[in-house]
Amino acid sequence: MATTALDQQRAHATAGHAEKSGLWSWLTTVDHKRVGILYGATAFFFFLLGGIEAILLRIQLGSPNSTFLSPDTYNQLFTMHGTTMIFLAIMPLSAMFFNFMIPLMIGARDVAFPRLNAFSYWVFLAGGLFLNSSFFFGAAPDQGWYGYANLTSRQYSPGMNVDFWTLGLQILGVASLAAAVNFFVTILNMRAPGMKLMRMPMFVWMSFITQVLLLLAFPVITVALILLMFDRFFGTHFFVPSAGGDPLLWQHLFWIFGHPEVYILILPAFGIISEVLPVFSRKPLFGYAAMVFSGAFIAFLGFGVWSHHMFTTGMGPIADTFFALTTMLIAIPTGVKIFNWLGTVWGGSIQYRVPMYFALGFIAMFIIGGLSGVMHSSPPADLQQNDTYFIVAHFHYVLFGGSIFGLTAGAYYWWPKMSGRMLDETLGKVHFWLMLIGFNLTFFPMHILGLNGMPRRVYTYPEGLGFETLNQVETVGSLILGLSFVVFLFNIFKTARGPRNAPADPWNGATLEWAIPSPPQEWNFAEVPAVHGRDPLWEAKRERGGPLPEPPRVSGEGIHLPNPSIWPLVAAVGLTGVMVGVMTLHIVGPWGVVVGLSILFFGVYNWAFEPAG
Amino acid sequence: MSDHAHAMQLETSTGLDNRKLAIWTFIGSECLFFATLISNYLVHKQTWLSGPGPFPHERWTSPSGQAFEPIIEIPLVTMGTALLLFSSLFVVLALANAQRGNRNGLLVWLAATLFCGFFFVGMQVYEFTHFVHRGLTLKTNLFGASFFTLTGFHGTHVTLGVIWLLTLWIEAFRGKIPPAKSLNLEIAALYWHFVDVVWIVIFPVVYLIK
Amino acid sequence: MLLRTAAPRPLRRWVPVLFLLALLVGACSPEHYAQTALRPLSDFAKIGDDIQTTTIWWAFGVFVLVEGALLYAIFRFRGKPDDPEPQQVHGNTAIEIVWTVIPALILAAIAVPTVKGIFETSARPPADALKVEVIGHQWWWEFRYPDLNLTTANEVHIPVGQTVSFRMGTADVVHSFWPPRFAGKRDVFPNRETRLWFKAEAAGEYPGQCAEFCGIQHGRMAFRVKAQTPEEFQTWVSHMQTLGPKPPPAAEAPTAGDSVQVASAGASLRQAGASQDPQYATGEKLFQAKGCVGCHSLTAFNAPKGMIGPNLADVGARSYIGAGSFKNTDETLARWIQNPQAMKVGVLMPNLGVTAEEAKSLVGYLRAHQ
Repeated sequence: MATTALDQQRAHATAGHAEKSGLWSWLTTVDHKRVGILYGATAFFFFLLGGIEAILLRIQLGSPNSTFLSPDTYNQLFTMHGTTMIFLAIMPLSAMFFNFMIPLMIGARDVAFPRLNAFSYWVFLAGGLFLNSSFFFGAAPDQGWYGYANLTSRQYSPGMNVDFWTLGLQILGVASLAAAVNFFVTILNMRAPGMKLMRMPMFVWMSFITQVLLLLAFPVITVALILLMFDRFFGTHFFVPSAGGDPLLWQHLFWIFGHPEVYILILPAFGIISEVLPVFSRKPLFGYAAMVFSGAFIAFLGFGVWSHHMFTTGMGPIADTFFALTTMLIAIPTGVKIFNWLGTVWGGSIQYRVPMYFALGFIAMFIIGGLSGVMHSSPPADLQQNDTYFIVAHFHYVLFGGSIFGLTAGAYYWWPKMSGRMLDETLGKVHFWLMLIGFNLTFFPMHILGLNGMPRRVYTYPEGLGFETLNQVETVGSLILGLSFVVFLFNIFKTARGPRNAPADPWNGATLEWAIPSPPQEWNFAEVPAVHGRDPLWEAKRERGGPLPEPPRVSGEGIHLPNPSIWPLVAAVGLTGVMVGVMTLHIVGPWGVVVGLSILFFGVYNWAFEPAG
Repeated sequence: MSDHAHAMQLETSTGLDNRKLAIWTFIGSECLFFATLISNYLVHKQTWLSGPGPFPHERWTSPSGQAFEPIIEIPLVTMGTALLLFSSLFVVLALANAQRGNRNGLLVWLAATLFCGFFFVGMQVYEFTHFVHRGLTLKTNLFGASFFTLTGFHGTHVTLGVIWLLTLWIEAFRGKIPPAKSLNLEIAALYWHFVDVVWIVIFPVVYLIK
Repeated sequence: MLLRTAAPRPLRRWVPVLFLLALLVGACSPEHYAQTALRPLSDFAKIGDDIQTTTIWWAFGVFVLVEGALLYAIFRFRGKPDDPEPQQVHGNTAIEIVWTVIPALILAAIAVPTVKGIFETSARPPADALKVEVIGHQWWWEFRYPDLNLTTANEVHIPVGQTVSFRMGTADVVHSFWPPRFAGKRDVFPNRETRLWFKAEAAGEYPGQCAEFCGIQHGRMAFRVKAQTPEEFQTWVSHMQTLGPKPPPAAEAPTAGDSVQVASAGASLRQAGASQDPQYATGEKLFQAKGCVGCHSLTAFNAPKGMIGPNLADVGARSYIGAGSFKNTDETLARWIQNPQAMKVGVLMPNLGVTAEEAKSLVGYLRAHQ
């Protein structure tokens, strides 16, 4: 529907309004910064939930033959811990930064599709709630985060646990795809004049590559989940061996998604580190082009390594060799990145502020995770390592030591921009040291336990195998790790009461987000900036001969902004309704699905036809 | 629909409208979706031999002596395929008329597209019902499961496309698709072409190759 | 006073630390772990172990160099806010090439033995290998010796110095057979056979475990490998081959268990004396009456296939029960018989309402089956 000239004038007049407040403004927001905050707060809540799940696991494993948790509870908790951390914590924490920072860093006033963006958040929230509602039915997913067939068949998993997992992940997949389309177009299409692709900040590049991975990998798991769902709900036999189905097909489909997924989990952190290191070394990122191409190469190759998760399945020497070689190959661009980060700090003037602590911690920890990954790449060795705590050690070093350290660096780095307040430096350093020590105490011994015979996903272990001592150390470590996040929370609450007086550019940053007030006004840039090279803000400060003046807050008159909208939320509710309808097919027949679809269509139609403003 | 994007058309870094870029991105992702479904079908089209079921292409006698007649009706599906292919042409003609501001031409060709779409979906519904009557369901064996999943999801995509184009036809009828808004139709047309191309792969894989 | 207390205090402070360090160092030594993969005792395991050792050394070297460089940079290049701007270096093509090529060469050094090891471990075992079939169940292991017509469960006997060729599958979901001292793991599937082989080099009893999550009791799906000298193994085989089906007791009134004749109690000839023991007789009757015979076979030789529960022909001699979970003492066995759900909840063996007295008899009966 066309907006009339009168509508447009009205939009202009209200553009200079004071910041909206109240619940309705949040439910209808299409402002990428607010969506970012929603993502961040929700994801952080799920991260803490996943952390509590982990601590419960660690308490159970702190002693042999422990009865603290029943086997069934343990299996639900380890499955939910993994699923939560991957899909409800790390990915949406990255999405918080995609949302808040990408438009700012490319000099844009908005994302390409503000309502699609909001929709992706509401669907994510719905998926997280759907998945966790399973606890209230005593039927949380309990089949491991990769849900191998044929354990997941109706026959061997008769309860609702696997259903919650299958349908919950489908919901989350929609959120990821919607967001990926949005950011892919935003990055390609909404860069400020002069910001050629090879002048984009590295965080934007890594995020861009992540969106490509999302777009190509998620459809594969969508199909895998559809096949599993059809087996469980409609009586097909895709993964039922007695009817000719093959459990190995699930493994292939899952890992064709699953391996790119791990790059989806790490690339944003790579991008954040590539922002933080130069700023706090006071020199540019070393090897910009190499960083771009190595990131792209990792993503491309990431689709060619999936069966390294299947070395123990007996695929035969040709397949084993192929995947061993591609896996080793992917270590090369990864190493290139680490060396370029080292090259960035080398010869710099390192400013020891909290973001830098976490960035350096990231490098230190990720090296270890990367090296254990190379050890897995050799099938004869991996036959001992797979499915043991050695693997658990590896992926926690790359996912926690890598992604979480990186995301935490980003949180401290961009906190002033997002909230207008500085976090406390001392508390930040306490957080860092507790996290570093707790993390290493928890996960380093796992390398040793794994190589010495402790398999993974075991709810207990007997006496006499020698596993007690290191498990106790790990349990203590996990408590220290948990404490570090209590410190972080305390930091957030303590500083939240202070005034919003963070400067626009507290760190002497190089990129465009530091040119606007903290927090930014709704339209981000009063004037769309013109870009002449990489590190545009350093260039501007160099030309000026000193720091830039504090940017003023303006009225925003004449700046066109998209209208808020409730329809993304409605559509998200409808989509969730469809999945709830599938879960309840045996209770209410098709009517749940019908109601869900109706709400979905209603939401989508209103979305399509409302004036965008 | 939204004229927010219209203003953006002048400013995008690639020169492409955001929504056009978005539909291409979505189509790229959907390629992987259908590639996975087609691969699944190829993996399972033979493994049904471990169980009973009507043979799709040729008469088959089971080990127990029961004879099964072929159930695929190539002529009907070929008709549907041909009409789907023509519908892509029709939607291009509809778009050309929209861009030229010819409302009548737009309505006629878009209606022709819709007719083909309806026929195709109707053909699939008929075929599915026919197969179920002859004993092939999702549950019967892996051929049935893979066949219905693949063609069912494609058919769902066609149905959504029909709903989309029908909505646009109603908009066009109300005069709401002037040349300046022809992008709305172009995006739907791109989606429609994609759905057609997927069928061009599915048709030989499922119906022609034995 | 200062002199007297200053000296001992630092030492006292270090004692707990030294104790912890000793504990940790002990915990790092493979000898501390019965299930370690770092002390291979077979040809197959040594192939993987050699490659792993190579990669560990390379990884350690890279770790020292790169982390060392990082630590060096952290200290050497620390700056203050008002320090002059450092040199604005953007990159260096030559160094990019160097640090791309060197890792590639290191990886090649790992790839060559890797590919060799892949083909070595995928090779067919020699024709005179002892064949063992492994069938995974939720949550126990079935072992069959097809050439010897023997069946057992959870504790697999193998001869030292002869290649054993494992042909593996599962009766239900995917499991993974992992005897770390002898081989890396191999998953087992319901619809295809997977294989493993190794030649044990040392006798002894070694634990192994399921290594693919398979349901509620995955954590308690262990097994034992009993590697024996060829003579001991032959003795065991000969003995097990005497544990064939026995005709049902003639004077017995027909019971529900009679229709399961083939699975009915087999008894060792060696235990002839035991069969006079009244506990044994009571136990034998209970084994039928309580329905044990419906799931468990007591025949090792020409044992029936497809039994739901583990073969119990030599259960009396096993080190553990419950799939490597609990020491096989009379007390533990009695507790298991009375209430398996309390010890391993979710296991497919139901509580059969066996009283303590009945359990004692059954234990006596089963203990005689060795």
